[in-house]
Amino acid sequence: MKALSKKNLLILGGLLLLYAAVLGLIITGIINPFYEITLALICINIILAVSLNLVTGFTGQFSLGHAGFMSIGAYTCAIINMQMNSMAGFLIGLFAGAVLAALVGILIGIPTLRLKGDYLAIATLGMAEIIRVIFLNLEITNGAAGLNGIPRFTNWTWLFIFTAASVVLINNFIRSSQGRACISIREDEIAAESMGINTTKYKVMAFAIGAFFAGIAGALYASYFYFIKPGLFGFLKSIDILVIVVLGGMGSITGSVIAATLLALITTFLQSFTEIRMILYAVVLIVIMIFRPKGLMGTTEITDILRFRFGRKEERIQ
Amino acid sequence: MPLLKVEKLTKSFGGLTAVSNVSIEIEKGELVGLIGPNGAGKTTVFNLLTGVYVPSSGSILFEKETPITGQGDSSSEGSAAGEKTVIELAGMKPYNVTKQGLARTFQNIRLFKDLTVLDNVRIAMHHNIHYGMFTSFLRFNKFYSEEKRMLEEAEQLLKIFNLEDKKNELAKNLPYGEQRHLEIARALATKPSLLLLDEPAAGMNPKETAALTELIKWVRKEFDLTILLIEHDMSLVMKICERIYVLDYGMLIASGKPEEIRSNKRVIEAYLGEENSNA
Repeated sequence: MKALSKKNLLILGGLLLLYAAVLGLIITGIINPFYEITLALICINIILAVSLNLVTGFTGQFSLGHAGFMSIGAYTCAIINMQMNSMAGFLIGLFAGAVLAALVGILIGIPTLRLKGDYLAIATLGMAEIIRVIFLNLEITNGAAGLNGIPRFTNWTWLFIFTAASVVLINNFIRSSQGRACISIREDEIAAESMGINTTKYKVMAFAIGAFFAGIAGALYASYFYFIKPGLFGFLKSIDILVIVVLGGMGSITGSVIAATLLALITTFLQSFTEIRMILYAVVLIVIMIFRPKGLMGTTEITDILRFRFGRKEERIQ
Repeated sequence: MPLLKVEKLTKSFGGLTAVSNVSIEIEKGELVGLIGPNGAGKTTVFNLLTGVYVPSSGSILFEKETPITGQGDSSSEGSAAGEKTVIELAGMKPYNVTKQGLARTFQNIRLFKDLTVLDNVRIAMHHNIHYGMFTSFLRFNKFYSEEKRMLEEAEQLLKIFNLEDKKNELAKNLPYGEQRHLEIARALATKPSLLLLDEPAAGMNPKETAALTELIKWVRKEFDLTILLIEHDMSLVMKICERIYVLDYGMLIASGKPEEIRSNKRVIEAYLGEENSNA
């Protein structure tokens, strides 16, 4: 009954409206195939940024290896989908990829999450590189040439479903007792441990959940662009995701969604200035960081703003 | 068996023995003080008891009583309410020690500064929550009922500490004295049977200290607690502690009732120095 509260119905309605509106724009051709690519990138980047935000922004574990998990999802889904060329194959591949990424996340997380700060960043960076090099050398992944002709099952409907689900599920997790446990680790690990929180467990949990959703993002990517190669999932891709998270605000899901959308739009817009594209992109980033050093949203969410605006005293359980 | 029985506890860091051969016994319901000059090893003892450090040798036996106040959740532990088991805390991780019923505050306040007062308390309740990761994701009914229970318990606790109307404020915005109170409230949220207070009156003026003294007394009665207290403020220690242990250079030099400690020659020496040395 509480799952069907007014607020949840409102959110569901809003999501359906957004879905239908964009679908309408695609059908009428206002969003042409070129802009549709931007749309896909926005969705994939939102999933990547929100999942990395759980690890880096909320749990406070600085990770530079998110692209590694993405590549696991991408390759797993691609390989399975190429064997089973059907919608079922796509979904099986997607979930297999996500689960595999989560398992690798646990495996990597247990040893590396003992480290802190810079050391953890370097360790996760190294792990992502190892994953990349493995894909580079395996037979089944076709080495540096990558996989071509992956069946395309990702469309706006799937993109929307998985993006919305990722954001809602991660948001639910953060606003639960487990989520608070994760946040307490970011705030003060020693105090958290003294308050009965198994910090290792929750760090690994956050890491695995982050990896799971990164795997989904990777699978969607592979299925949308029907071509993947190890070079796509290098160090720079991890940095790209981190930039979105930092720009949106470490610890704000709304921020990650806004930043992912904004950066994809800026990139698309800058396509027309080919030569100075990267310079302009950098300038935009620098300007935002100067004026909003904590990111666009800091740690506030859209719900905080709405609550402040309409000043209704509502209970904190949502 | 006393509630806490520390036997020959020793901790050395390299060549330095911070705590050596310390034995402490605390009976259920007692309020015991642990005092000593700066650097005597008091906080190290706390860190050993709570699992932050692993002792070099010695044992820490703790009598765990399955809480009667639990919501019929003891089935998972396999022991009925009120049943007592003796456990070895030495070598246990801090979070596990807390689960057994030891909670602490810190000498330099360690609240979750950027979180609300309410969240500070709710985080401490986390190990008593009965829903898992998937319930968090999908928000089954269990989530709402447990969150409601947690919220009610947290609010009740905050009410006791007069922090209820500040529950949505960030911990860092509270005045110093209230931060100290919140730290105690947070420790109590873990439902301890033994509470360790590390210099709760540090930085407080005499008036605040007096209020704190009353609060500690009251909390102890209300929550049926056993308390071990580190304190520099002698007025507080002498007023409320029933027994006092005195540490110096990592060794126990005296123990007994406040009056005995007050006149103990070795204690006076440790605090004020010997006659021919400067204080």
